[in-house]
Amino acid sequence: MTQLTPDPVGQSVPRVDVYDKVTGAANYVDDLQFGPGLLFGRLVRSPHAHALIKRVDTARAAVRGVKAVVTGEDTPTRIGLYLKDRYIFALDRVRYVGDTVAGVIATSERVAEEAARLVEVEYEELPAVFDPEDAIQPDAPLIHPDLGDYEVVNFIFPEPGTNISEHFKLRKGDPDSAWAHCEAIVEGTFRLPQIQHVPLEPHSAVALWEQSGQVTLWTCSQSPFAQRDLIAQSLGIPHGNLRVVSPYVGGGFGGKAGVSMEACAVAMARAVKGRPVKLRMTREEEFIGTTVRQSLVAHTRIGCDAEGNLLAMETGYHFGGGASNEYGVNIARAAGYSCTGPYDIPNVKGDSYCVYTNMPIGSAMRGFGMPEIHWGIEQIMDQLAEKIGMDAAEFRRRNCVRTGDTILTGMTMPSIDLPACIDRVTEAIDWDQRAQPSAPHKRRGKGISIMWKAPAMPPNPGSSAVLRFNEDATVNVEIGAQELGQGAFTVAAQMAAQALGVPYEWVRVSSPIDTKYSPYEWQTVASRITWSMGNAVKAAAEDARAQILAVVAEHWDEDPSDLDIKNGTAVSYSSERDISLQKMVVYGLPNEGFEGWKGGPIVGRGRFMPTYVTNLDPETGQGARAVVHYTVGAQAVDLEVDTETGEVSILKVASAYDVGKAINPDLVMTQIEGGAVHGASSAFEGLKFDAEGRPLNANLVDYHIMTAVDAPREIHGDIVETPLEDGPWGARGVGEHVMVPTAPAIANALNDALGIRFNDLPLSAESIYLKLREDQR
Amino acid sequence: MASHGISVEVNGKTEYLTVPSNMTLLEMLRDRLALTGAKNGCSAGECGACTILLDEEPVNSCMMLALEAHGHSITTVEGLAREDGRLSPLQEAFAKHNAVQCGFCTPGMLLSAQALLNRNPDPNDAEIREALVGNLCRCTGYVRIVEAIGAASRDRGEKDDPTDA
Repeated sequence: MTQLTPDPVGQSVPRVDVYDKVTGAANYVDDLQFGPGLLFGRLVRSPHAHALIKRVDTARAAVRGVKAVVTGEDTPTRIGLYLKDRYIFALDRVRYVGDTVAGVIATSERVAEEAARLVEVEYEELPAVFDPEDAIQPDAPLIHPDLGDYEVVNFIFPEPGTNISEHFKLRKGDPDSAWAHCEAIVEGTFRLPQIQHVPLEPHSAVALWEQSGQVTLWTCSQSPFAQRDLIAQSLGIPHGNLRVVSPYVGGGFGGKAGVSMEACAVAMARAVKGRPVKLRMTREEEFIGTTVRQSLVAHTRIGCDAEGNLLAMETGYHFGGGASNEYGVNIARAAGYSCTGPYDIPNVKGDSYCVYTNMPIGSAMRGFGMPEIHWGIEQIMDQLAEKIGMDAAEFRRRNCVRTGDTILTGMTMPSIDLPACIDRVTEAIDWDQRAQPSAPHKRRGKGISIMWKAPAMPPNPGSSAVLRFNEDATVNVEIGAQELGQGAFTVAAQMAAQALGVPYEWVRVSSPIDTKYSPYEWQTVASRITWSMGNAVKAAAEDARAQILAVVAEHWDEDPSDLDIKNGTAVSYSSERDISLQKMVVYGLPNEGFEGWKGGPIVGRGRFMPTYVTNLDPETGQGARAVVHYTVGAQAVDLEVDTETGEVSILKVASAYDVGKAINPDLVMTQIEGGAVHGASSAFEGLKFDAEGRPLNANLVDYHIMTAVDAPREIHGDIVETPLEDGPWGARGVGEHVMVPTAPAIANALNDALGIRFNDLPLSAESIYLKLREDQR
Repeated sequence: MASHGISVEVNGKTEYLTVPSNMTLLEMLRDRLALTGAKNGCSAGECGACTILLDEEPVNSCMMLALEAHGHSITTVEGLAREDGRLSPLQEAFAKHNAVQCGFCTPGMLLSAQALLNRNPDPNDAEIREALVGNLCRCTGYVRIVEAIGAASRDRGEKDDPTDA
């Protein structure tokens, strides 16, 4: 018999999706069956980083089995989340090696691939620019000459006539006069390459455009609703006619947020109405043809007084956004309004730019700008502490943000406890103990880093939820949030059960997410789901509960406030009567002697949308409420370096995050573990290009992600719970955060071990070895 | 393209198929037999998501031609649970230890782990990690996967339950 779990919030109940996932029953887009009518697409991609398209000739591609070829002339309108700067198929101009020029639709993937090689494109090459600092020079080639014509949301500030798609300014206090009061000042330039999400599931989409005008898109997406909205707008489909269905997603990490190749699939389906078209990315295309994390060049200068109080900061962040910045502009904005990291600094001048480059398209990735900026900030904090002779952990305790602080944008910090996170990790890593290396040619080192991150979103991203009952009182929770592996479905089921008063095992989560049947959810991004969807689910469950209690109260002639639902049974605290929900949630309850009925099918409705976020002053970045809240945490690393080879072994990672309330503590721990390894791996990752912008390592051999053998052996996780004011049961998100401080904690540990600073990523055994040799000369 | 008649034992049942010379074993499993548990993550033998057992040995089914499987026996993730739907001890351990997140690498992980336990019933952590080196995972950090495999091997050692046979 199945054991029942009442009150599951706070308990590590099993995942709702686990049986399907260990038996192979879980369906991903590529697993869906479409029968013999299915057609296949391949994309023709640009071999040039920057060129004008003079002519596209598809005649030779019309070989046997080819049904249609789509080009930029078929999709003349732009698409984009915050800034509509992207063409579904390039029109007149290509902007990176891999830009989509045409799409071939054929009866098999092999025929489509062969025909794609036969599409003739004549280009006129243009000068290209790859580095964001080169791209902002006045003589740099303009990548989007029509930037001034693009539609843009009112909190993003492009500079037409340049390659700058966003410039966020933060001005607080008077740094110019504060420098004189600093006992120590450290400045540095930090460079991070583009990296890729590398989900195990490459992007895959199937689109069907019916003669009636109904369009269906099956997609592996973090954002079924945003895809509906953006693709509908761009291709002129009425929103009600575009249905986006998204089954399980095989890893997202931001790479499946917004729209990338899915719009190509829909445009291609329009050319072969009535037949579904499948478009799936090869691993090489996944690396360069979907999206990547933006590159960054950061120039940062921070100063403190002799007691270790931070006084001033000046920083310029130049994000290399790639060929389209439609999503990436908001990464630069987020990096701007959070530019200090989790520190209270009275005088700040920050400029954060998103810059077009002739590189793959930069977009959302786990951490959304925060891993990039913390890389430099957290190394400077260590250097400042060293300069004034203070312990690095103590320096952070002294300066970190606290509840109620007026932070850099002028908003008041909601509840958090960062010092508690620092205490937990320093204890777990034996911060004050110096460990011995395992061999004479090896060095041990420890490093610490702290972080903050707010969900970076428009001010008004909404969530909604519906609860419907089955006859046996099992409950279907309908949500639009996606299960990416992070456990969203499980958490939704726990919250619904808790708020309703039924056992966890009674709850089913309706999937796949289907915009035709699932209630609205903005996107499964920004670590916002536990908080935002959670509030909607809780509201829907409370709505259903109130409906049930009203019927029972009427039936018993009692006051609803004397009633409760416990473990699936409605009970009265005054009369001590009880009635099983199975008797009444669908059919209602009969009046005495069956003289009529009361009640009926219970449907709970809930929604949540933050209503308090304000725009910020474009000249100062100041405003009443920049963001909804921040999640904070700390990371410490213990590692060993082999001085003969430069190889790094990460022996232990200690993590502590303030999640407000752990709805499912073990799932929080799995986010901590996965995020620590993802973060550690990212320190050694980087996409490489030749001088013409052609990718050199777009495969899993040359672009290495951590394997079971490379990954840290020991990951110690700690959960701090300082309830968030408007979180469900106090909860806030933790999906992205562990990614943020891991790389800088490694850098600080490397410095502890070797006395060498690494300002540029990626790290590698080779770069460490060469730096060691250089140092000995 | 020439076609070939082959017979293959898949999850205990003999299948007779006609396959083109260039069809991969992964394509045969997914497109002909609708066994979609094995995933296509790279088509290049680099990610391990398509791992299946060929006569007890883990192989990347994207790197093998279907016709090479002629006369061999294949186990896919769909063949791990018992007929009545009860999970195998290894699947049970993956579930219990939350060794699954997005689930895309899970079928391949399970089969590499099963192959390890078949040849080494009591592996240590280093041996487990070594056995998984060809199976990439981006979600879990491998921690729970290694834990689950260790627990499954210990349970098997302790139990030796004849009803589990």
